[in-house]
Amino acid sequence: MTNSFEDYLNTDLFFVIGSNPTEAHPMAGAKIMSSVMSGKSKLIVADPRRIELAEKADIWLQLRPGTDIPLLNGLMHIIIKEGLHDQKFIEERTEGFEALKATVEKYTPARVSEMTGVPENLLYDAARLYATTAKAMLCYTLGITEHICGVDNVMSTANIAMLTGHLGKEGCGVNPQRGQNNVQGACDMGALPNVYSGYQAVVNPDIQAKFEKAWGVKLDNKLGLTIPDMMDAAVEGKLKAMFVLGEDPVLTDPDANHIKKALTKMDFVVAQEIFMSETAKYADVILPGASFAEKDGTFSSSERRVQRVRKAIEPIGDSRPDWWIICELAKRMGYDKMNYESPRQIWDEMASLSPIFAGINYDRIEHTGLQWPCPTVEHPGTPVLHTQSFSRGKGLFKAIEHTPPAEMPDEEYPYLLSTGRILYHYNITTRYSSALDAHRPEEAAMIHPADAATLGVCTGEKVRVTSRRGSVVTKVNVTDKVMSGMIWMSFHYKETPTNELTVNAFDPVSKTGEYKVAAVQLEKVV
Amino acid sequence: MPTVTLTIDGQQVTVPKGTTVLEAAWKAGSFVPTFCHDPELTKPGACRICVVEIKGARNLPASCVTAAAEGMIVETASPAVIDARKTILELMLDNHPEDCLTCHQAGDCKLQDYAYFYNVKPGAFGGECKNYEIEDDNLFIVRNMNKCILCGKCLRACEEKQGRAVIDFAYRGFRTKVATALDKPLADSVCVSCGTCVSVCPTGALTEKAMLGSARKWEVQKVRTTCPFCGVGCNFDLNVKGGKVIGVTSNAAAPANGRDLCVKGRFGTDYVHSPKRLTKPLIKKNGEFVESTWDEALDLVASKFGEIKTKFGSDSIAALSSARCTNEDNYVMQKFMRAVIGTNNVDHCART
Ligand code: SF4
Ligand code: SF4
Ligand code: SF4
Ligand code: FES
Repeated sequence: MTNSFEDYLNTDLFFVIGSNPTEAHPMAGAKIMSSVMSGKSKLIVADPRRIELAEKADIWLQLRPGTDIPLLNGLMHIIIKEGLHDQKFIEERTEGFEALKATVEKYTPARVSEMTGVPENLLYDAARLYATTAKAMLCYTLGITEHICGVDNVMSTANIAMLTGHLGKEGCGVNPQRGQNNVQGACDMGALPNVYSGYQAVVNPDIQAKFEKAWGVKLDNKLGLTIPDMMDAAVEGKLKAMFVLGEDPVLTDPDANHIKKALTKMDFVVAQEIFMSETAKYADVILPGASFAEKDGTFSSSERRVQRVRKAIEPIGDSRPDWWIICELAKRMGYDKMNYESPRQIWDEMASLSPIFAGINYDRIEHTGLQWPCPTVEHPGTPVLHTQSFSRGKGLFKAIEHTPPAEMPDEEYPYLLSTGRILYHYNITTRYSSALDAHRPEEAAMIHPADAATLGVCTGEKVRVTSRRGSVVTKVNVTDKVMSGMIWMSFHYKETPTNELTVNAFDPVSKTGEYKVAAVQLEKVV
Repeated sequence: MPTVTLTIDGQQVTVPKGTTVLEAAWKAGSFVPTFCHDPELTKPGACRICVVEIKGARNLPASCVTAAAEGMIVETASPAVIDARKTILELMLDNHPEDCLTCHQAGDCKLQDYAYFYNVKPGAFGGECKNYEIEDDNLFIVRNMNKCILCGKCLRACEEKQGRAVIDFAYRGFRTKVATALDKPLADSVCVSCGTCVSVCPTGALTEKAMLGSARKWEVQKVRTTCPFCGVGCNFDLNVKGGKVIGVTSNAAAPANGRDLCVKGRFGTDYVHSPKRLTKPLIKKNGEFVESTWDEALDLVASKFGEIKTKFGSDSIAALSSARCTNEDNYVMQKFMRAVIGTNNVDHCART
């Protein structure tokens, strides 16, 4: 996020696109809801589903799934045509405006309305409102990123924010709310194939030398494999072993059957988990980790805030903190530079090697945490990014054309499947909470009344959902919150493993799977 | 910033203009009780427990809605003030069940505290006492409206903090009650079970279902931590008794969320004690998982990784790190893969 959650209270307009915060990021959602309810701010929602925020919105743009780029280009077309763009910001802070202008020129309201299904008058209303509100904040999540054109979608949100000067200021910005509790932190710590902690490139020889010196070993300077590449390499027999820490790709990654094939093919799989996950079942060895309540450490939230996790109870049974287990393995493999006594020591080593975290330590984050970048111990942290300049100096507009989803409904698979989270569950762990699971024990796929009538099903009855990759059975919830021709499912239930259906197609840059669009058939199950 | 100076209980205090008499009194170190006042919510000035005496004023004004003014002379504990407060408490206690002995809130209840402080006992007026059925048919929150003192904080929090307004005052006079639309149970309303109402309730009217009967307030050890569920990063206090997490209470000092949480953070951490937790290392032998010691499991993994590395090279091994684990866990994981295995094959589900 460029801005902070606290800053949600300062904005006069939320533009929420591809995000369902009242379910997936409830406290962010609550801030938006209360601000809108009190009349403080206005709300534009772009979402194929009539999500809760859509019901409260001043303007709801019900776009067809996978048409975010045409929609944003169309809004920018209107903004430029009507001269509502921020000329000063564009001149001082950005480059590439002419190229952007030439591209969005082609996205006329008539054409965009045709592509997205959004009426022209709403396009005008939304473009004008966003451009003319001084403090306007754009929020998005996985509805933007989980497409084969996810990176282009993200760039488009940056384009429209820069075009209107809604960046680097209070109450503005482009704010992706991160899905999992520490997805920000896992990236920050270098659990990525291309960077060490603090986003330091593995291909940079100076960085490599710094880490070689600190860690006392020779390091590899070529990029590692991303998850989809790992799975492909495993299926091809090139990858022999995998160490899986606290993730359940069989349930949460797209095209589950491909993942299962990969796990079966490898010689040796280790799962470090707190529950017998679907993935752990494929392991040769399972190492029981401790839960967040049983260990010290830190998480980094969507707003880049590093906060303490504190040990409240002893590890359950014979489980152990994850860091301890990994360090113990290192020791047994003959490496002697991972003999930490506490997570604090680990943090300090990381911070000493990573400039953006250099000023953060456990003493400083005792009470409220700190938002990185925080280069020195005197630095107050950074609630708003890009106030003076962007990371690369000037913000670069990127002219972007529409990329349709990898797989669209056709005669054989006539329905469009889209997926996401629901309020009462978070990935997997919540299924083990007795109250949460009792409240929402099973999948309830959303389908439109017209489709339900065609299929002859009512709420509570079952359908079989089949894609080119797999087939699952689910109960349905008949509701006009989804458009006709669409089915919406969550991915929380191992009894209804939705990701057996999703497409094995990824954004070429981010390698994010296209969870939001797949073609399926539906038939009633009696 | 313009300021005003006033005298509270004989002590001069200077505060920014716009400060309430209540805040000024607290600043001066005087004790003033409150029920309906909450620093984060709008101020109805309804319960009147916070009355003070201000020289020259005709009656006793509610300090939480009275602005401090230059030269004011305020008494926070004059006989008239104490009298007024006692009367309010007597009226409340007369319409309140006398079951503090078994009430979950005992020890952390404003009504109990003030009754004790002012030595007020029930039975001063007599008369009718509320008799509502206890609502416990949802999984998360128990509502005992017999204990409600109608301070209205719950409904203001629901509307102002969660943006929902699920509950409001219903009926009139003695029958006034906090209720959902049509006075249906929470389970049948649009309530999202966030429990924000519970966190602001000054009495035992609203309680976390799972914590009922699990501990007296003073037995609970609170450990502030960060929510393990979504990327908002709410902070809260894990409530611990006897080495067990019994639930969650919110903590006003939490930076992203204050006292507000969602249903997952407030009511979902019981997964920690799920009987399905893995508690022993497991090694697959002939297709079945068999329990092992840590030494056996760790040595096996270390030797297998070593073997595969020697035979097929470092890049034949990969790791999925975790967006659910801590930063420290992730740092050691990528260091392990890079420094010990010798590959950059480390990634995580950054994308979900
Ligand atoms: S639990 Fe949340 S939504 Fe439900 S009544 Fe209380 S504050 Fe409102
Ligand atoms: S339920 Fe609690 S918070 Fe709500 S009005 Fe009654 S006493 Fe106040
Ligand atoms: S309490 Fe809810 S909104 Fe807050 S971090 Fe946890 S899951 Fe997210
Ligand atoms: S606390 Fe002041 S009127 Fe209730």
